[in-house]
Amino acid sequence: MKKDIILAGVGGQGIISMAAIIGLAALNRGMYLKQSEVHGMSQRGGDVMSNLRISDKPIYSDLIPCGQADLIISLEPMESLRYLPYLNPQGWLITNKAPFINIPNYPDLDSVYKEITKIEKHVLIPADTIAKEIGNDKVVNMIVLGASAPYLGFEKEEIQNAIRQMFKNKGEDALNQNLQAFEMGYNYKAS
Amino acid sequence: MNKLLLLGDEAIAQGAIDAGLSGIYAYPGTPSTEIPEYVHASKQAKELNVITSWCANEKTAMEAALGMSYAGKRAMVTMKHVGLNVAADGFINASITGANGGLIVVAADDPSMHSSQNEQDSRFYGQFAMIPFFEPANQQEAYDMVHYAFDLSEKYGLPTMIRITTRLAHSRSGVLRKPEVRKQNDLKLPQDLRQFVLLPVIARRNYKKLLSLQDKLEYESEISGYNQYIEGNNHSLGIITCGIAYNYLMENYPNGCPYPVLKIGQHPIPKNMVKKLYDSCNEILVLEDGYPLIENHLKGLLNLVKPVHGRLDGTLPRDGELNPTLVAKALGLPATMGLPVPNMVVPRPPALCKGCPHNDTYLALNEALKDYSKGRVFSDIGCYTLGALPPLESINTCVDMGASITMAKGAADAGLTPAIAVIGDSTFTHSGITGLIDCVVHNSNVKIFILDNFTTAMTGGQPSAAYNRLIDICKGVGVPEEHIRVLKPLPKNHEENVKAIKEELEYNGVSVIIPQRECIVTLNKRMREKFKKQSV
Repeated sequence: MKKDIILAGVGGQGIISMAAIIGLAALNRGMYLKQSEVHGMSQRGGDVMSNLRISDKPIYSDLIPCGQADLIISLEPMESLRYLPYLNPQGWLITNKAPFINIPNYPDLDSVYKEITKIEKHVLIPADTIAKEIGNDKVVNMIVLGASAPYLGFEKEEIQNAIRQMFKNKGEDALNQNLQAFEMGYNYKAS
Repeated sequence: MNKLLLLGDEAIAQGAIDAGLSGIYAYPGTPSTEIPEYVHASKQAKELNVITSWCANEKTAMEAALGMSYAGKRAMVTMKHVGLNVAADGFINASITGANGGLIVVAADDPSMHSSQNEQDSRFYGQFAMIPFFEPANQQEAYDMVHYAFDLSEKYGLPTMIRITTRLAHSRSGVLRKPEVRKQNDLKLPQDLRQFVLLPVIARRNYKKLLSLQDKLEYESEISGYNQYIEGNNHSLGIITCGIAYNYLMENYPNGCPYPVLKIGQHPIPKNMVKKLYDSCNEILVLEDGYPLIENHLKGLLNLVKPVHGRLDGTLPRDGELNPTLVAKALGLPATMGLPVPNMVVPRPPALCKGCPHNDTYLALNEALKDYSKGRVFSDIGCYTLGALPPLESINTCVDMGASITMAKGAADAGLTPAIAVIGDSTFTHSGITGLIDCVVHNSNVKIFILDNFTTAMTGGQPSAAYNRLIDICKGVGVPEEHIRVLKPLPKNHEENVKAIKEELEYNGVSVIIPQRECIVTLNKRMREKFKKQSV
């Protein structure tokens, strides 16, 4: 198996922990992995992205070539569009529906959604709303991860185990809320 | 043995610990910061009593590392590329003194300027100093090269350099550790106790020795294994790759490259290997991140012979980081491409955090300066540089660490009075104090804001050498006590702060204004940790 994944969002939204969980699942299978991250100035509320590459075979480039990403997983709708040049024609675009508006010229939201729905394989999930139901706004990334899980090439249990590993020292409550968030994202069906 | 999942930076740090490091010295700078941070956090390093020290700036760090090397122990100093400019005096002269204990300088370059003010290529410094240096292609090489670089440093009694770029520094991959951790060196002074005395008579002798070593260093490059000649069937093209550029090439040829490839990871340039490639191929393509260093060498001034392709002839862009797509195009391969970015997608520049003290400082400064002509605020390197962007648009310059104060002085000398300088607490102790002395000595009409948020914020909150020392430093340097004004930048203090700033604007001389409030990010982090401890 080989998956090239772009994780996108705004600095501080939690894309690195999504990458870490998918990475753990890959390592548990003994796969190769490369994960490029953004540190430094660009983290301060700017756009951030991470390239995550996992494969059964050795991986050369830390960066995904244009047009070859299997998935874009985004915690913010406009940010999901920024990386379209990387998505392969059969790739999935999975994004949170709630915008993060910290710029004065944020585009019209309906036209953002329209662009997203132009992508044949897309999931637009209201993760912020679901997080409110759970009562923890810090699990938005787990909800989006859950919505992405069917396309990652892993069994559902493999991702759940990785979440357990990640949160094993963070207390029972945090673990259960994150597992619940993952489950709700996984089961989400657009109405 | 299990692999560790490490950033390129962390691989260098772990490599150093395992290779018998005794001390690491640094001033934080993206993308190098995670190297010393990893050693600071390492239990293993703690048990081995490895000295981990944040320094006032890269020059002091470089010199401390040289001192440890003088005393016979293995030392590492890490910095971002522009930090090497600050450390350059010590760095270049260290190649003349030579090293005693193994000495490695790590310079982390930032092509594409993800978090920097230029994309200078530290390999030129390596050549300038005439020392061996390394360009790892991946995290494993980064780990392995540290051990080897210490060996080479001790074998020839010279400092060595490892040059990485942002992409490797901040990308994770599996790293296999060496089975054994090497013991640290014992304290052992250089045999010749005048080796490090660079009086002309000694420096001339040392320099001749450095020159005489060059052939041997080149020979090491040919045999070390970090430069590899990989044969190919198609000799219409020969390819030279440096560092991670090799990965971008192989990404395009997953089943093997049809052309002969020279993969360079160690300098000086292995001349015989380059010659072999050049002689056996019709044309040469050079893939290197940073400036066209190898390409320039190969082309020479007049480019009289075989075609050499790369950044200079437009085969690759002259600036910015390489990637697999650019390399595909350079090879004439069909580059895959997704959909274009929709027009509606707008840039999302980084911004000051919500609740950041700098924001309140800038709002007060903007109001106090309302009646003055624009363009008189000289600033510096740090989070507060974001004050250049809307909506604040408070500052007019950002050049290098410390340049706010000295440029304000020059502009004030030219008649732009009062000139304002805005500098952070950590940047001030890095390179601002000497500029302040200039201002005091000449009684320049400058108003210096030292934004004191108790930390080195932009690189992730390392301790600031200025902590609790700023007022004493300014007094000690000779700023009149009544013109050292400490403010608390909060919205509720806005009027009071504007008034204080205006008073200083009217004084003809050096004022230091210190808006003092903890960085909101470190405050939040501290509170979370406190809360966690209480709840346990």
